[in-house]
Amino acid sequence: MKTTEPTTEPPAPVPVTVTKTDGTPGRPAAAPKSEGRVLNVFSHGLLVLWAVMVVLPLLWAVMTSFKDDRSIFSSPWALPRTLHLDNWSRAWTEANMSDYFLNTVLVVGGSLIGTLVLGSMAAYVLARFDFPGNRFIYYLFIGGMSFPVMLALVPLFYVVNNMGLLNTLHGLILVYIAYSLPFTVFFLTAFFRTLPVSVAEAAFVDGASHTRIFFQIMLPMAKPGLISVGIFNFLGQWNQYMLPTVLNTDPDKRVLTQGLVQLAVSQGYKGDWSGLFAGLVMAMLPVLAAYIVFQRQVVQGLTAGALK
Amino acid sequence: MQHGKYRFIVGFLALPLGLYALFVIWPFIQSIYYSFTDWTGLSPEFKTVGLGNYRRMLDDQIFWKSLWHSLLFALLVPLVTIGLALFLSFMINAGGRRRKGGPAVSGVRGSSFYKIVYFFPQVLSIAIVALLFAFAYNPDSGAINSFLRGIGLGGVQPLWLGDPDLALWCVMAVLVWSTVGFFVVLFSAGMASIPADLYEAALLDGADRADTFFRVTLPLLWDTVQSGWVYLGILALGAESFAVVQIMTTGPGGPDYSTTVMVLYVYQKAFRDGQAAYATTIGVALLVVTLAFAAVVMRLGRRERLEY
Repeated sequence: MKTTEPTTEPPAPVPVTVTKTDGTPGRPAAAPKSEGRVLNVFSHGLLVLWAVMVVLPLLWAVMTSFKDDRSIFSSPWALPRTLHLDNWSRAWTEANMSDYFLNTVLVVGGSLIGTLVLGSMAAYVLARFDFPGNRFIYYLFIGGMSFPVMLALVPLFYVVNNMGLLNTLHGLILVYIAYSLPFTVFFLTAFFRTLPVSVAEAAFVDGASHTRIFFQIMLPMAKPGLISVGIFNFLGQWNQYMLPTVLNTDPDKRVLTQGLVQLAVSQGYKGDWSGLFAGLVMAMLPVLAAYIVFQRQVVQGLTAGALK
Repeated sequence: MQHGKYRFIVGFLALPLGLYALFVIWPFIQSIYYSFTDWTGLSPEFKTVGLGNYRRMLDDQIFWKSLWHSLLFALLVPLVTIGLALFLSFMINAGGRRRKGGPAVSGVRGSSFYKIVYFFPQVLSIAIVALLFAFAYNPDSGAINSFLRGIGLGGVQPLWLGDPDLALWCVMAVLVWSTVGFFVVLFSAGMASIPADLYEAALLDGADRADTFFRVTLPLLWDTVQSGWVYLGILALGAESFAVVQIMTTGPGGPDYSTTVMVLYVYQKAFRDGQAAYATTIGVALLVVTLAFAAVVMRLGRRERLEY
């Protein structure tokens, strides 16, 4: 964030000396001097309002996860009288949050590596080599970005089933990779095109094979691009809901998002709302924490595609 | 760089392309074929029925409802989200008070803080956000109604998701809430790259802030706005609306089908009602809507590209 924005952080407040007429939208210019202040209050007010609207629901969830069931229903906004840490342990063990976490880590770990390896291989070839059908294959990949995935999911369910991959984690990994390829190939093809050709050519003259050039020279050079697209895919796959809902219906194999939704349905009968909120917060916190730590990279990764 | 070129190209493309073809391309083609059959999905036998499914679809009231709701999602969610995001990012980047000798426009204090906070929902799974808001909307014990009671509006206690006239708007609001931050960050990056002398020139010509926004900022950001619109519209037609509607509304699909969307209807027909062929027919309609939407936005929004 800081890198994209050179001059937007004014230092200490300076006495206001506005002499120009600059009005807020829809507010005719009155006294120029108080105007700047009015606008400033106005814009700050709205910015704070939206910040509150973003943070408040999240804080409410955190607070609720420490309360007992009765006070959740009787006074939703009251602070917890005692911290019910047992909600968290109950969610972790009894509500199977630990299994959901493990499944998600396995699936996302496998598919993230697979996506980056396969995506960069395809993108490199498409970006750097001329051969008949290059454009066709490129657009075949790109087309996948704008097609509604649900249309393919109906037959895909049976394709995956026939291959014996339904309700398996490795089956889910393969599907995640396949559906992450369009954006990954799109992004990395553009990225490989920006890298200089000369280094690879020099290595080729020295007798290195294409494969070796790719793994030992091009991939290290493409690291910034791989990090961006890796973060993009990590969040997309970690937060994925539609694919596992369709292709992964075995209760033991559920990933985090599915597991929480199922938990919400079943807690309706068991009445353990506090445990459910603990589960929700448990699922939110690691991602939010990672975002705050790697904030610049995350923002770059997620906005990179849209800025092209 | 000719030596072993084709062997290398084939070797590198085979795996990604094969996986993509098997799990993405092939199901898409199958889907379109199945829409002309009476396949149930439960048994392998089926026969072709020509346009039978399409005729049935045109008489299906629920299909028309889902189409209408999907169109609302694709138009209103981007409209509100992008409008709000443009407003907020303009406030962040140009809402600061002007100082003598300072730049023509300046950001508000704490601009990077706002951007960090606004981005929070973007890293969370839409499934988790949907669950959180399903509780917040709860008429008796939810955060929203209890907040209204707390500020003395005890008489205003809508049923939110339980009210057929309100449910769809509640669901859309959640999508807006979760995507505004992404666009604020995206537009802020774009605004930061607009040269300050353009603003100075506009101010010298006597432009107020509204003029500056509509005559300078918006035209220069237009490409980003447009691609953002397409990106968000495709999401709102597909995976995102599936998650929010399926998780938040009763049924799912809302009271009296008041929130059902095409992508959810495909899912229900295929995996709940055992009508896979009919589901793919609706899926094909969704494909047509998606492509038409993208084409219309790109075409309506076409302008001369401004260089700066």
